[in-house]
Amino acid sequence: MPPLPFEKPVAELEAKIAELRQVASADIAIADEVERMQAKIDRLLAGIYAALTPAQKVAVARHEARPHFSDYVAGLFTEFTPLAGDRLFGEDAALLGGLARLNGRPCAVMGHERGRDTQSRITHNFGMARPEGYRKAQRLVALAARFGLPVVTFVDTAGAYPGVGAEERGQAEAIARSMQVFLAAPVPIVTVVIGEGGSGGAIAIACADRVYMLEHAVYSVISPEGCASILWRAAAQAEEAAAALRLTAQDLKRFSLIDGIVPEPVGGAHRHPEQAIQATGRQISRALNALTPWDGPALVQRRKANFLARAGGDL
Amino acid sequence: MAMNWLTDFIRPRIRSFVAPKDVPGDLWSKCPACEGMLFAPDLKTSHNVCTHCGHHLRMPVKDRLALLFDGRCYKTIAPPSVPDDPLRFRDRRRYTERLREARAATGLRDAITIAHGTIGGRGVVAAAFHFSFMGGSMGVAVGQGFLKAAREAVARRAALLAIPCSGGARMQEGALSLMQMPRTVLAVEEVRAAGLPYIVLLTDPTTGGVTASFAMLGDIHIAEPGAMIGFAGQRVIAETIRETLPPGFQTAEYLRENGMVDMVVPRKEMAAMLGRVLGLVMPDAEAA
Ligand SMILES: [Zn+2]
Repeated sequence: MPPLPFEKPVAELEAKIAELRQVASADIAIADEVERMQAKIDRLLAGIYAALTPAQKVAVARHEARPHFSDYVAGLFTEFTPLAGDRLFGEDAALLGGLARLNGRPCAVMGHERGRDTQSRITHNFGMARPEGYRKAQRLVALAARFGLPVVTFVDTAGAYPGVGAEERGQAEAIARSMQVFLAAPVPIVTVVIGEGGSGGAIAIACADRVYMLEHAVYSVISPEGCASILWRAAAQAEEAAAALRLTAQDLKRFSLIDGIVPEPVGGAHRHPEQAIQATGRQISRALNALTPWDGPALVQRRKANFLARAGGDL
Repeated sequence: MAMNWLTDFIRPRIRSFVAPKDVPGDLWSKCPACEGMLFAPDLKTSHNVCTHCGHHLRMPVKDRLALLFDGRCYKTIAPPSVPDDPLRFRDRRRYTERLREARAATGLRDAITIAHGTIGGRGVVAAAFHFSFMGGSMGVAVGQGFLKAAREAVARRAALLAIPCSGGARMQEGALSLMQMPRTVLAVEEVRAAGLPYIVLLTDPTTGGVTASFAMLGDIHIAEPGAMIGFAGQRVIAETIRETLPPGFQTAEYLRENGMVDMVVPRKEMAAMLGRVLGLVMPDAEAA
């Protein structure tokens, strides 16, 4: 994939390193030069990523090479056992989930999966779930509640799918009910927004005891493009809209809408997926440890109080 | 509080009698459905239903509440006050400017009115949305208002009646608006936990984050004829699927056919139907 526009100087240096490596293989002088350039790249990246604009964060959050739900599952969980279907209409591959072990302990895990190449993106509907996806999520939470298993969710979606069938089968009801089920579940729930947290389609599986965002993830009521086309009447103003919406992890934390931020490796999760995945895993484990052991009703009470305290405050 | 009945109901009526606007442009309007000419006094008598084709036009909240509550009598409850413009949002214009303008035009603080009274003899707290106030969009003020309405219903052992009329979340409050979705769901939960009925009267339009939260969690869903109800906007759907949308898509009747609303009830029968339903689910002991 082409480099992000603001990563151009880095891409140029990386191309030079590749060139150097091709001309000479055993030359010590070149090794020194490569090391020097690599250090420069790291400095450049650190500078660029420390000063990303909100619109640039949106681009990073949507980066093709960023680790997806399936990568987190493969990197952090064992015995992942996907479960399919909502038992009402169908299976939705945009929102995957099942049972697994985290640090050896059984749990339920789910998340939006965007797909990696053209074929898998189509299979996963670009991570835009239909009502079946949200009803499967409800089913998984109910299953976890029945067997006393913690729930881990990964949010990464542009939004719930806007389609005729989705509307017919009650997209709005499925999202609303999902929030209701999450908010009432007597087991710990931890959510991480790993990429894009797109509106209702995101919050439907983000009504958790602890909500984290990756450092360069975004979470918003509407996409910057959608907001720009409505309020500016020009999609080209998406950059301005991204800033106005306050959708970065740092913004959400400042408004106390999330519990914490998972630091990304220098240059973003897409450069060092494994580091990002492990950092996320450590955060999830810390959160679950803090929530364990739990008393179901007290847990639900605290979760409700948390949401009522946010964005307005309890009356 | 006792004077609210006067201020909320009698005064606007008196005003409409003593200060009739003689501008012909105000007296006549066109039905958006059949394009028939509508005479303002006729429209008032028909509760904003087209006298030619029966199309249900939007209706001011005050008129609607008067139409629904017994004896046209209700009291309003002030919604909690919240700070303006938490994000310091600015698009082509400042959000504070848009708020000021909406307040001046409507005389409202924000897009929600809370009222209580009886319908069919049963105690009801209503949370009604003003489309005229920034498209009835839900931000922190509306979320707090809805929560307040739910708490009032529980305190009064009354039913909660939501009357959404909204384009969805208020974009100018970003993720703070998004958070009103779970918060209103929790408000509904409190009413349910108290064993009280929660009825949703879906009016035109009910879309986006409002539909996808409290509006789809009623014990009973009643919609007005022809009301547009959905999650995604029709333009977005059409652009995504690159097809023309089926006729009647996202109308109240379409939602009833697809199992999302219980009934579609004409405006003139709405109060009677609400009274009947409330009578069936609320024991006499709780009649106010
Ligand atoms: Zn008409």
